[in-house]
Order: sequence, then C-alpha cells, then structure tokens
Amino acid sequence: MATVTQHPLELVDRIGGTVDAVGATERAASLAKRSIKKDSKMWALDLALRCCDLTTLEGSDTPGKIRQLASKAIRPAPGDPSIPSVAALCIYPRLVPVAAEALRGSGVHLASVATSFPSGQVPLEMRLEEIRRAVADGADEIDIVISRGAFLAGDESAIYEEVAESVEAAGDAHVKTILETGELGSYDRIRRASLIAMTAGSHFIKTSTGKIGESATLPSALVMAEAIRDFAEFTGQMVGLKVAGGIRASKDAIRYLVIVHETLGDEWLDPDRFRIGASSVVNDLLMQIDFLRSGRYSDPDRYTLD
Amino acid sequence: MPERVDVRKTYKLFLGGDFPRSESGRSYEVMDSKGDWLANASRASRKDLRDAVKVARSAWSKWAGATAYNRGQVLYRIAEMMETRRAELVAEVAGAEGKRGASKQVDEAIDTWVWYAGLADKLTQIMGGLNPVAGPYFNLTAPEPTGVCGIVAPETPSLGGLVGRIAPALCGGNVVIALASEPHPLPAVALAECLATSDLPKGVVNILTGHTAELTPWLASHGDVDALDVTGVGAEQLADAERAGADNVKRVIKGSGARSPYEATAFMEMKTVWHPKGA
Repeated sequence: MATVTQHPLELVDRIGGTVDAVGATERAASLAKRSIKKDSKMWALDLALRCCDLTTLEGSDTPGKIRQLASKAIRPAPGDPSIPSVAALCIYPRLVPVAAEALRGSGVHLASVATSFPSGQVPLEMRLEEIRRAVADGADEIDIVISRGAFLAGDESAIYEEVAESVEAAGDAHVKTILETGELGSYDRIRRASLIAMTAGSHFIKTSTGKIGESATLPSALVMAEAIRDFAEFTGQMVGLKVAGGIRASKDAIRYLVIVHETLGDEWLDPDRFRIGASSVVNDLLMQIDFLRSGRYSDPDRYTLD
Repeated sequence: MPERVDVRKTYKLFLGGDFPRSESGRSYEVMDSKGDWLANASRASRKDLRDAVKVARSAWSKWAGATAYNRGQVLYRIAEMMETRRAELVAEVAGAEGKRGASKQVDEAIDTWVWYAGLADKLTQIMGGLNPVAGPYFNLTAPEPTGVCGIVAPETPSLGGLVGRIAPALCGGNVVIALASEPHPLPAVALAECLATSDLPKGVVNILTGHTAELTPWLASHGDVDALDVTGVGAEQLADAERAGADNVKRVIKGSGARSPYEATAFMEMKTVWHPKGA
C-alpha cells in the first residue's frame, strides 16, 4: 500500500483555484454521453466490478448478512470463476470481526466506516477510538466523515486536524475521507474540502455517505477528480477517488469511469485509486455481463437480494 | 385572417405511463387501407423493450396486489374512457383498415373491457376450487397472476386484436408489454391515450410500435418476462420464439379470439394449497 504523507494546511491555498459551476456541469454531462460498447463495455464492466466496495450500512445488519455479503464480495457470481472479486466489503465497525473472519485470505479488502458515520457529530477522541478499534478488529480501510458543520462554519483547520489525526489513528489502514458533497452547497467548497482532506493525508476522498438525499453526482465527482489531479501536480501523490450513493445502474458506473479516465488518466483506472461504493450496482453489473455474453436480457431473480 | 397551421399528432410509444419517442430516434411509415401514407409511427428498439420490461416489473406488485374488485373497476374505467373518445378510435381504425366494420370493431373492443371488468372479481370462484383428495386436507386451487406478459398483437383487427389480448391479461393481475400491429399501429396509440387516463397504474400496460419481427426475439428471450402471447407472431418466427421462451420456462399462449375466463387463466398460474384438517 502506498503511503501518503501529510502537508501543511498552507498547501491548500497554494493550490487554490475555483470551479466554474456551469462548465463543470456541462463537462460532466458531455462526458456522460460517451458511448461505450461491446469489447470496451465488457472491459469497463469488469473494471467497475473490481472497483466496487460492496456496502451494507444498515441498522438491521446481522452477522449472517455480513457473512453472506463477504462470500458475494469474494465470488460475486458463484457459478462463474471468470467474474472477479470486488475491491472491498464496506460495513459498520461492530461487524468488522465477523467480516475479517469471512474475508481472511481472499484478497478482498475490509473497509469500515468510522468516526460516528454518517453525521460525524461526536467528540474527536471518541471518533479516533472508533478508528483504532476497527483497525484492531481487522479493517484495513477506514471510511471517515468530516465535520461538515465545522467546515461550513469556516473552521478549516479543525477539518485538517481531524483528518490528520484520523489518518494517524488508522496506522497502516487506508483512509477514505467522506466530504458529503450534498451538504457542502457549492463546487468551490467541494474543491476546498477535497484539497484539505488530501493535504491532511487521506488516501482516498469520497463523495458521500449515501445517507442523505443527494449522493454522488457526476459534476461533484468531476470537481473532486480535478482537485486530485491538481494535488498530484503539486505533490506527486496520487490520491484515490471513491464515488458513493445512488449508483444503481452499470451505465452510471461506466460514466464515472469515463470521468476518472478523462480527468486523471489510465493510472487511476485501478481499484487502488478508484472505488464505487454501492450495493445494488453489483447485481446490475453482473446482469450486464451476462447480457453481453448470452445476448439475452437477464432476470433479476437470478441474483442475490443483498 | 391567416390560415391556421395544422397541429399534427406525433404517434409515440406508451412506456411507464409516458409517451416517449423511441430511444433510437427511429420511425417508420404507416399506410392507410388504400396504401397511401397516413403517418409516421415510432419504431421501438430492443432498448425500449428492455426499459418497458423494467417499468412493467416495478408496476407488477401494485397491480397484482390490488383487489380483484378494484381491478374490475379500473378495467371498466378503460371502457368509459374509450367510449368518450369513440369517434377518434373509429377514425383511427377506419384509417388503418377502412371504414367498413370500424365502428363495430370499436364497439366490440369497448365491450371486451366491460366483459373482463365484470369477470375480474369472479375469476377465482369460477376457475379455482376445492379439490377432493384422499387424506385429511383441504385442497384448494386458485389462479394467480404470472407476472410480466409479453404480447405480440395480431395485425388485424388492429384495435380489437390488441384489446382482446391485453384485457384478459390485466383481468388476472398481470402486467403487459404489447407489440402493436406492425402495419396498423395508430389505433394502439389511441388506445394508449385512453389507458393513460383510466386510473391504470403507470407501467401496467406498455405499448410499443415498430417492427414485430425485430422485437419478438428480444421479448421471447428476455429473462424477466414470464409469459409470451404469440397470437401475432408470424409462422416463420413462431418456433424460434417458443424455443427462446422455453429458456426461462415462459408460459406461451395463443389467443382464441373469444371472450372467456380461460383466456384470462391462460396468463395465470394455478396455485394449489394443502391445508391440514382438524389441526
């Protein structure tokens, strides 16, 4: 795993920049029109599947459901060894021990949300403790949330500090920092928050928790990808992008791949630098692969419910 | 006074309660009974068909879960809506197949809805029943809706043939993707406009116009379509359609043209329950 170093907060101002909101919307919309067919589509579906963080973040999650999803993460299509594993399983901290057991030796990463997901409205020491505990229980990726309240109140150093301390608390585990773009209110703020999160040492920046109305959108992903590109230019560090929430169709997943490819390039088309946080999109990817191979539209009943 | 500009109707698909053009942007020429150009109709693609199956599937639980009484009311409402647009329907049928018999065809189509509206809450009593079995059980059989039904409507009668296939499918709680008569699709579009104002939940009926020979294989092989009505499938395609349908064990149906409870149950599954007595 690549190590990411932290930079002083001043770097955010040195990179700076603002976002042309109309331009970003327009650019995202035009990239979404790209037509990906046949062989390239098969390639994209396979890549999208390998980049998935199969996610369940429900109050009703049980150890049994986690074991079932772990086996799905390892073998999304049990009858077909040509279908690759997904990148990671993403769950709540309490269930990490169960998932760690189920995923052992599979190569599938274990991501846990932490820091009082999804609101983040809990004192920092408790949030850091949550990270340490999840890592100790076997998570090798931690999805943290920033305190949007503090950010919107203008306290950027608080965000920088909490992300930096979270990265430290996570030790060897990768940290994905959730900006919750739907709560930030403007593309300029999304860019600013992206830069702060990267400067503080995040390995990934992530769009959304999936727990509020507005989840990942193409323009917000584009704005974050551009921030990642600019950050890489200044520091040489390649921070990953995770889009999450509301991605249900293969078509949407492919649109994000196009945005990443056109903004960041080939090097980011890899599960180490790009992730899709979703649950239902995995089945749709499997159905699309089945359709391309068989020439028949498939039946959702042939796939697992979770 | 300047002459008023004609407001011409664009004949479109009926998909999930909306009237979109084909996603492919294609259309085809429709001729009248004398062979003169009448209008352009949308030529649906396999993607339109795929979308139709998706919306039909999501509409299914609501329609199948409605009470039979309520389904009957909605079917009757369709008859009412067609009655108020009777003149338009007659004009469309006359344009397609000639004036002769057009009025009668529309009357019969409306009456077909009324007939199946009346049948809706009687179907289970008539076609279900208590089976005598050798053992201490109540053994009950009742028809249940199959799910998403693909219907290839006959070419003629353009309106009557379509209604005669959709009505029995809806009566039992199924949802429908219908391929309208290829040479005479316009009455089907007019029917769709009646359906859209009939309290029928969106997506319960979806009507595609276009080349049936192009769409039928996709409908027949679709894994999420549970039944296939081959009434309008040409002889040269029938065997292939049936074979493709066998892949996910589709119910394959051919209509008789009669109004009958058997036409409704042809789209349904018989469920039998064994219930212990005296326990």
